[in-house]
Amino acid sequence: MRFLLRRVVFYALTAWAAITINFFIPRMLPGDPVTALLGRMQGRIDSGAEQSLRVLFGLDQDLGLWEQYVEYWRMLLRGDLGLSFTHFPTPVADIVNQSLPWTVGLVGVATVIAFVIGTLAGSILGWRRGTWADSLLPVATFFQAVPYFWLGLITIAVLSVNLGWFPSSGSYDRGLVPAFTGEFIGSVIYYGFLPALTVVVSSVAGWVLGMRNMMVTVSSEDYVTVAHAKGLPERQVMLGYAARNAVLPQVSSFALSLGFVVGGTLIMEMVFSYQGIGYTLYQAVSTHDYPLMQGCFLVITLAVLVANMVADLAYALLDPRTRTEDR
Amino acid sequence: MNNRLMFLRNGKVITGLVILAFFTLLALLGPWIAPYDPNQVSDSLLSPPSMAHWLGTDHTGRDILSQIVVGARGVLVVGLVAGVSATVVGVLVGVTAGFVGGIGDESLSALSNMFLVIPQLPLIILIAAQLPSAGGLTVALVIGATGWAWGARVLRAQTLSLRKRDFVEAARANGERTWRLILAEVLPNLTAVIASGFVGTVLFAVLSQVTLSFIGITPVSDWNWGTILFWAQNNLALQRGAWWWFVPAGACIALLGMALTLVNFGIDEIVNPRLRSTGQHARSLRRRGIRPRVGFTPVVREART
Repeated sequence: MRFLLRRVVFYALTAWAAITINFFIPRMLPGDPVTALLGRMQGRIDSGAEQSLRVLFGLDQDLGLWEQYVEYWRMLLRGDLGLSFTHFPTPVADIVNQSLPWTVGLVGVATVIAFVIGTLAGSILGWRRGTWADSLLPVATFFQAVPYFWLGLITIAVLSVNLGWFPSSGSYDRGLVPAFTGEFIGSVIYYGFLPALTVVVSSVAGWVLGMRNMMVTVSSEDYVTVAHAKGLPERQVMLGYAARNAVLPQVSSFALSLGFVVGGTLIMEMVFSYQGIGYTLYQAVSTHDYPLMQGCFLVITLAVLVANMVADLAYALLDPRTRTEDR
Repeated sequence: MNNRLMFLRNGKVITGLVILAFFTLLALLGPWIAPYDPNQVSDSLLSPPSMAHWLGTDHTGRDILSQIVVGARGVLVVGLVAGVSATVVGVLVGVTAGFVGGIGDESLSALSNMFLVIPQLPLIILIAAQLPSAGGLTVALVIGATGWAWGARVLRAQTLSLRKRDFVEAARANGERTWRLILAEVLPNLTAVIASGFVGTVLFAVLSQVTLSFIGITPVSDWNWGTILFWAQNNLALQRGAWWWFVPAGACIALLGMALTLVNFGIDEIVNPRLRSTGQHARSLRRRGIRPRVGFTPVVREART
């Protein structure tokens, strides 16, 4: 329980830090793009909306920094992230709300698949170290070093433009109405296949390498030798004794690599024009839509924090030491 | 045979270093050895590789090989600057946290864990997009400022295990000052960890910078490999089947990344002897007909007769 409590406090602190960073970035950076945009919008923004933008970007010269900060928090707690410039006057929160499920689905499915495949493959590679299996390592290294988006470009070029098997952009057939019908879900899977595939292919290598190295380290432990000496079947020693212990660091590094995977997935959405939050961020960046950018960052960070908390919970369930140790 | 030579005898490390040397040379000499000016338009629009243009041309007839050769400098400089700045911060935070202990350690490691958990790429995008001009160096510093946490975490763990060792205790008993303990006793033993953190950060910086250029945050007039991909993506290179436009630039990034990862592999094998004994000796074991088994750690060096 102590372990979980500590983690919850830590995540609360991190969330506070992320929100505070989000508050300070537009105030600390030189230049003031927002005033210019507000000027261009003159007359088209009603006073309430203008007020919330001023709070977001610190254009209230008459208020002290502390009052601005308090005001900013008050807005966030109301769920108000300001108004988008490009999709004016849609609130940022609405846009983010629409795109978030797509990203969560894509990242969630792809990450779970990559984690399972990578960990399994890694334990087999680590178990068979020093044999032909080691020759697969350079391949994994290569995929770890490839930028996500380039792999996306190549998959589009081969599987979608040349072979025509999959659509190269979008997230479902535009002729369909979003609903919980078999046809629509099928279309979502069909359109999501390529982005998910590229995320899996480019993130699986990290899991493979991490698990492989842990297996190599774990498998010279005494309890593995004992298990061998007892005459247990090879498979049981590998999965029940070695892999079971090697997977723990894997789960705890899950939390840390998640941010990286999410970053990669955002770029992948930009490449595939997949209507998730990454694509929204991309549009925000290319149209200088600052409130939308900030809203995207905040929501992405909070989502990653929640996912991390789930991973920690899983870790606490898997590793009995976290439950008994009084630290 | 001392440790340093062993590092260089490792096949992976040699491959990595050779590739790195090649790209460094490209970065140094780029503008002089490029066959064309990368901005010079010509009549051969979007032409496939030929004798005149080894890697073909883009939609305005600019030579793609020249863009790659000239762009190498942008990529490497950003990687290096970001790597150095992140490593410096990482060493400062990590070693201090590990050495000081107590409340200082708690707060510093909480800080680095926060930076680890907050997704870096969106943060970098957020900062870079709001800067008035996001040139190469600015981007490098932003990447460095956000990417130090991983190194700090690893260094802290390593310092923790070092600071109670006998030689440090002995130096402390001799009345050495704290900064001397850190500089002379602890830091030299962290070299490998620092090096591997540095290489990892350079890789991360290269990938982030290329990504930023690809989505068009950095000025598109600064040539780097991401800029080439930016132009390719925005001019429908994929749909037009202009593979020579986006394949070589991406392959260069992948090659550079692989070289860095290979060097890191070598460093890892030095730090973790168990990886070394399996990695380095797989072939010689096979030659002698020994099948490596689990729970069986081959001895690295045998007595020479």
